[in-house]
Parts: sequence; structure tokens; C-alpha cells
Amino acid sequence: MTVLLSIAVVALVGLAIWQLTKIFQLSQMKSEPTQIANDQDNQNNGYLMFAFLVFIYGLTFFSFYKYGKFLLPAASSEHGAEYDNLMLVSFVIIFLVMAITQVLLHYFAFKYRGKAGQKALYFADNNKLELIWTSIPVVVLTGLILWGLYTWNDIMNPKEGEDPIVIELYAQQFNWTARYAGADNVLGDANVRLIDIDNANILGVDTQDPNAADDIVAKELHIPVGQKVLFKMRSQDVLHSAYMPHFRAQMNCVPGMITEFAFTPTETTAEMRQRPETIEKVKRTNALRAERAAQGIPNNDPWEFDYVLLCNKICGKSHYNMQMKIVVDTPEDYQKWLAEQMTFGASMQKDTTATTEVEAEPTIE
Amino acid sequence: MSAHAHDHVEDHDHGHHHHKETFITKYIFSMDHKMIAKQYLITGLIMGFIGIAMSILFRMQLAWPGQSFPIFEALLGKWAPDGVMDADIYLSLVTIHGTIMVFFVLTAGLSGTFSNLLIPLQIGARDMASGFLNMVSYWLFFLSSAIMISSLFVESGPASAGWTVYPPLSALPMAQSGSGLGMTLWLVSMAIFIASSLLGSLNYIVTVINLRTKGMSMTRLPLTIWAFFVTAIIGVVSFPVLLSAALLLIMDRSFGTSFFLSDIFIQGEVLHYQGGSPVLYEHLFWFLGHPEVYIVLLPALGITSEVMSTNARKPIFGYRAMVTSIIAIAFLSTIVWGHHMFVSGMNPFLGSVFTFTTLLIAIPSAVKAFNYITTLWKGNLQMNPAMLFSIGLVSTFITGGLTGIVLGDSTLDINVHDTYFVVAHFHLVMGISALYGLFAGVYHWFPKMFGRMMNKNLGYVHFWVTAVASYGVFFPMHFVGMAGVPRRYYENTAFPMFDELTNLQVLITVFAIIAALVQLVFVYNFISSIYFGKKATQNPWNSNTLEWTTPVEHIHGNWPGEIPEVHRWAYDYSKTGKSGEYIIAGQDFIPQTEPMGPDEEVLHH
Repeated sequence: MTVLLSIAVVALVGLAIWQLTKIFQLSQMKSEPTQIANDQDNQNNGYLMFAFLVFIYGLTFFSFYKYGKFLLPAASSEHGAEYDNLMLVSFVIIFLVMAITQVLLHYFAFKYRGKAGQKALYFADNNKLELIWTSIPVVVLTGLILWGLYTWNDIMNPKEGEDPIVIELYAQQFNWTARYAGADNVLGDANVRLIDIDNANILGVDTQDPNAADDIVAKELHIPVGQKVLFKMRSQDVLHSAYMPHFRAQMNCVPGMITEFAFTPTETTAEMRQRPETIEKVKRTNALRAERAAQGIPNNDPWEFDYVLLCNKICGKSHYNMQMKIVVDTPEDYQKWLAEQMTFGASMQKDTTATTEVEAEPTIE
Repeated sequence: MSAHAHDHVEDHDHGHHHHKETFITKYIFSMDHKMIAKQYLITGLIMGFIGIAMSILFRMQLAWPGQSFPIFEALLGKWAPDGVMDADIYLSLVTIHGTIMVFFVLTAGLSGTFSNLLIPLQIGARDMASGFLNMVSYWLFFLSSAIMISSLFVESGPASAGWTVYPPLSALPMAQSGSGLGMTLWLVSMAIFIASSLLGSLNYIVTVINLRTKGMSMTRLPLTIWAFFVTAIIGVVSFPVLLSAALLLIMDRSFGTSFFLSDIFIQGEVLHYQGGSPVLYEHLFWFLGHPEVYIVLLPALGITSEVMSTNARKPIFGYRAMVTSIIAIAFLSTIVWGHHMFVSGMNPFLGSVFTFTTLLIAIPSAVKAFNYITTLWKGNLQMNPAMLFSIGLVSTFITGGLTGIVLGDSTLDINVHDTYFVVAHFHLVMGISALYGLFAGVYHWFPKMFGRMMNKNLGYVHFWVTAVASYGVFFPMHFVGMAGVPRRYYENTAFPMFDELTNLQVLITVFAIIAALVQLVFVYNFISSIYFGKKATQNPWNSNTLEWTTPVEHIHGNWPGEIPEVHRWAYDYSKTGKSGEYIIAGQDFIPQTEPMGPDEEVLHH
């Protein structure tokens, strides 16, 4: 149906083009075809310039009206609030500048369209004007730069005295694994050369390192609300990027080095699900999914909101489906969940007797 | 290799009896800059056709994920079993689309065409400093295009690691099938392309410095030449760095070195690589990659300056500020590359430095935009198709450039990095803008290239439909990015949070198809005008610059007699004397070859 509709649209556009050419031609009946714009062309295109201005703003308002609700919800992390503010201010400036410049550009194009006998103004230079429009961007940008840098420093440099929970995010084609630092909050050493699939040591954790015994390997990322979490990222094969859009967090995972990103989640998954905007979004999405399920398209079960970790650096064939569910718990639930997980030391011991288990865990599709 | 040496010989036998020129020396291995310009243009347009067609294929996959289309099966063969596009070929299409459009169309097709055509003609030279190197440059470009196209047909598929080909993905054939022979061909093609670009650029620089005609001081150069000149300098500074990155990557791939690779476990085994860093590759790549944006854009802005001034019948506003901006942009462009790498894992302090330099570059860009707008003010605008594309360029340059404030800010980049927001941003600011520059150039200098006029009505249709459709594609795309959709995803169905964006994707794709189809109007206009267009007069746009003093029929050496002498800058449009009348009665332009009048006020520099 959509295909048919699109073909129809394309055909209509073709028709419109043909008609437009005709109109342009008819409007030039009287003049000889020099292929150089005459007054009639200047007139037509001048009006079209004005119409185009209307189109740009129409498109802007239409997009905000129709698609504004698709934008990511307000941030669920501490630094995210500041991020959102800076974004808002930047966009106010962008739309302001855009409004002024596009109006002037297209209005001038309309107003000063050529007419026989009209004399253009020989106006080659004006230092005062140049100074004005050099200094305005300088001042505005200085403000933005300073604010941005201040926030950036805040985000990237952990403050003294904070004692964040350390979690490793481990990337591989095409899934994520989390490793919690455990009771000592220190991750055991690891290297891809120590990977031992047969013994379920899929992350290459150094079994000799005493810090490793209490580490916890998990396929779902649970983090406690209100506590700072420091993610240490590793990749075993190609570049990946750990992108957590709801938390305004992203960092590449680079083979051969450990990268870091820290943030404090401010809203649990349960609270997030109760936000009116989330409820609205889930409702809209599930209506669409129900429609598709009715057509027999698979994988369209009703959806419940969850935070998600996406891969955001091209990493191969299944890049588009490399994800992990993130659950933000209350501190109590988080502790409870953590206590249920098996430590790395325990799983190693178990493996010496039994067969592998961690490896056999299904990866999240 | 001086063109002057034989210009007198040429003077006698130009015209209708080219008894010294064979088909091969005239049309194929030509050393004439005008013919080489046409060769660049036509090769670039063919590559553009392929690049745009690819974008339509993957846009269809994005709008109707997993649906079967006969056209997929016809064009992609085994990569689209039963007409459903394969995920690997999706990434290949994205990769080759980017490579072709950035390098082969907008670098070679735009800068190669118009630098070659206009540098000798506008500075008053018989030809390029070295006609031979110029010819070699084109044929290397042709060879690299041929290799790039041939990579589409290899068994394991073309390169598919994104146009930036970051290792390790691009280095390890076991990471994806496209990193096999396809990637080798990609790297070889790019190495040859870089050689071509360097030969061309060195030639442009030498020509502009050495072969300007009498009276053509640097401050009297048309802004086109300033743009081409500075572009060539950026190319010479930054392309060699990409060459070294490509060579090191070739070594990592084929000779077991570890420049970019370390600690890799893939498909059940540990690889021997130790001690390299993919971040190093990113630095090398973007040291070219960012200046590349300006290599693409500056020629388009130069063309716009010239076209806009001519058609506004007004001098370009703030000539010195424009030149200063070009130079400032060129300088800053080489120290901003890190803004592509805020979240790459490099030291966050570097992020601060690159934020600072990046937002600085907004200042000369803003100055240019304001100057263009002021050039229109109180003009007598002649709405030729070239003028429309120039105005369109300023519009998309502003819209696309402004979102750069978001992406250039290390903080704000965190959450929009590598999303569709980036795709929307750079397509508007460098893709569409540079294409508009290319079209403006083609419509404006077509009479100079082919001696005939293009049909203006088809030009109007081409512009207006393109303008509406390209905004229709890229404006809503910002919303996709702000919703958090990553780029280079084969389909977005794995994330229910993106489900409601599907209709928006359909809208974008429909606009993209319309935009692509209307380019056929241009193709038709271009080809039919070459053969059947109205014969051009010598100076159809009443322009001041030197190229319009040459005869319509191309001759080797450009001017039949002496090279003209220049007495004024290129922008004396609508200049009036004390009486308020035009300096030359009844004519609102004063060609550069016109001596200054006795009581004429010297306003130029």
C-alpha cells in the first residue's frame, strides 16, 4: 500500500514538474528565448523565493507539531539536566539566528528582484557593519563555549570524594556484557589473551588477580538510582560505542584501551514508566505494534518502556541490533539483585566441576 | 612546460582546421585545461549519478525495512535474496555513497572542474602551469573512479565499514565480509585519488601564484580564484596525512603490522596485534577529514560569490572580509579535527581545546553568510538558475551550519554524536550546499564550457523541486537524530522506542526519491543543451571577469591575440560616476580589462 502510494506521489510530482515547465514557458511567450532571465522570470522567481520562505517555516512548524513528541524525554541523569538546558539555549539561539537570516535572505531576494531600469546600489564595503557582525557571533559563541566547557569538565572529570560504583561494559560483535566490581569495588585485571571460552571466562578476566574473585558478570545492566556509576568500557574486536540516550551518555569502546564515562541516574525504570510522556509514547507505540501484529508481522508484542544501551559505532552486520537492557533500581532492589548474581570466583569454581553456564546464557536479542 | 612558448603557433591554426589535433589528443589525453575541466565534470556527474542512486536504495530500506523490492534484486543480485536487502550490502551502500559523494563528486567533480576551467581563464593565463601534470591528474582520478566502481563487483562485496573506514572493522576480513578484497580496492582507489588531488592542487597553486596577467594583483582576483587557491593549499596540507593513514592501514591489513590494532579476540581466536590504537587512525583520518569539508565547501562558496555578484548587478559585499574569512576558515579547518572524536576515548582536555577552535570557525562562516545577504540588499537581482542555486546555497549553508553549534560543543555532542542529527547537519551544510555550488557553476559557466546556453525553464524546475525536496529530506531528519536513532542502522525495528518514527522515515524517503528524480531533468537539460542549446553570446551574463573576453569557440591558449591586461577588480557592477550615471553609459558593468576613467573614484583595492 505504501509502495503504491509512493509511486502515486512520484507520478504526481512528475506531472507537477511538467506543468511547472509549461507555466514558466507560457509566461515567457512574448519574449525571445535567450535563456537569460528576463523581468518576468525575475518576478516569478522573486515570488517563489517568498513562497519558499513560507515553506521553510511551514515545514518547521509542521515538524515540531508532528514530530516534536518523538524527541528524547527529559534526561534521567544528574548531568543530563544541565545538558538539556544547554541544548535548549543553543536551540533558542539557532532558531533566532535562523529566523533573522532566512527572512532577510529570501525577503531581499523577493524585494530586489530585477526590473528593467532598476539601478543596483554600488555598496562594496562597510567596516562598521563587518565589525558588528563579527563581534556579535564572538560574544554569543564565547558564552556558549564557556558554558559548554564548564559542563564538559563537570561530566568528564569525577570530583574528589565521590566513590562511584565501578562497572565494566564489555563490547563484542554483537552484544554487551557488564562486569560489576563487586564488594571491593575494584575490577579484576583482564585481557583478551586470557579469554577461555571453554571455562566460561568470556571476558578474559585474570583468575590470579585477587580483585577478580568478587566480580560479577551479567547480561543485564542494573544500576541504583541516585548513586554515581563509573563505566569502564572495553571492546574485544572492533570499535563500538556505548550509547545511553536517556542518560545523555556516550563513549566509544576501543580495543586495546579502557575508556570511561560516569553519570548518576536520577529516575528508576519504574518511575520513568509512570511519567505521563512515557505513558503517551508507550500508548502510541503499542497502537502501531498492535496494527502490525494484526497484519501478521512478527516481533510486534506490546512494548513496555525500558532504558536501553545501544551500539552507536558501526561494528558490522548486526550493528543495528546490538543492545542491552538497562534497569535503574532503587538502592534496595539493586542490592537484592546483586546478591542474587553469582560472582566470577564462584562461577570459575563451579566450572571446574560442572559444564559452562555463563556462556550458555542466551544473549539478548 | 610553458603555455606561452607555443601560443603564437597556435594563433595561426586555431579555428576549423585542427590538423595537428587528433581525436585522442583533443578529447582523451588532452592537456587543455578547458577540456580537462569538462572531463572532470562529466566523470563527476556520472559518479554523482551512482552515488545518489545508492542513497535511494538504502533510503527505501530505511522507510520500508525488510520489504522486498524487485529493483533490489535487479541491482544487488545475490545481496538481495528475494528482493530483500541484505544487512551487509546496506552498509556497503552507505559506505560507497559517502565515499563517492565526498571525494569523487564534491572534491574532484566540483573543485576539479571549476579550478581547471576558471583559474587560467579568470587570471588571464594561456593554460595551467603544467598541462601535462594536469592531464595526469585527471587520468589518475579516472583510474581511481574505475577501481572504486570495480570494487562493487567483487565476490565478498565492496567496503562496508562506513566512509571513514575505521579499523579494526576495516582491517579485519573476519569482522565483516566487506573488509576483504573490497576494502583493499577502496584503499588503493583512495591512494590513487590522493595522488591525483595533490597533482591537481600543486598545479592550481603554482598557476595562481605565477601566471596572473599584467595588473591582476592578488587583491584583484575574483573570489572564485581565492577560494580555489586556498582550497588547493588545504588539500596539499591535509591529503598526504590521509595517504599515510591509508598506507598504514594497508600495512596492518596485509603485512601484519600493528599501527591501529591491539588486543583483539575475534571468532574464537586471539590475534597477534599488540600496541596499536584505532584512535591514532581517527586522528590521522580526521586531520584530512575535517579540512575535506572545506575543500568541498570553499569552491562552492567561491562560485556563489561570483555568481551572486554578477546576477545581483552589485559588487560582492566586503571583498576583503571575504578573503580574510576564506583564509581564516582554511587555517582553523586544520585544527578542529578533534570535534569528530569527543567520545572516541581521547583525553577530555583535548575535547575542550577542539570545542574552542571549532566554535571559532563559526565566526568567519557567519561573516560570509551576512556578506552574501548584504550583497542581495538593494541589488537588481537577475534570477537566472545559477543565481537561484547560489541563494539556495546560502540558505542551506545557514541552516546546516547553525546546528554545527550543537555538534561542535563537546558537551552537546555526547548525545547526538553518530545519530541522524549529524547526518542531517553535514548533508545540509556540505552536501546540499556544495551540490548547489556545483549546479550554480554548471548553469553559469555552461556557455563558457560548451558554447551554448542551458534551458532556463528546466533550470527553474530543477532548482525549485530540489530546494523543496532537500529541505524535506534533511529538516525532519534532525528530529530522527534528536529521538536518539543512531546512523548506519540497517533497520530500526529492533528498538520499539523508534517504532513511531517509521512514518517519518517514509516521508524522508519520498522526498529523497523526488529529489533524485528531478536531477534527471538536469541530466536531460545538460545533455540536450550540449547539442541543441541556444548558441551563447560571448558574455551572456554581462560579467566583468576575464573568461568572458575569450571567444565562444574554444581555442588552445584561450585568447587569440595578446593576453588582456587588468585594470580593476572584478566587481565593478552598477558603479556610477559623480553625475549618478553609469561609468560606461548604458552599461551596468565594467569589465576588468577597462582602464580606470580619469575622474573615476578608486573604490577597489
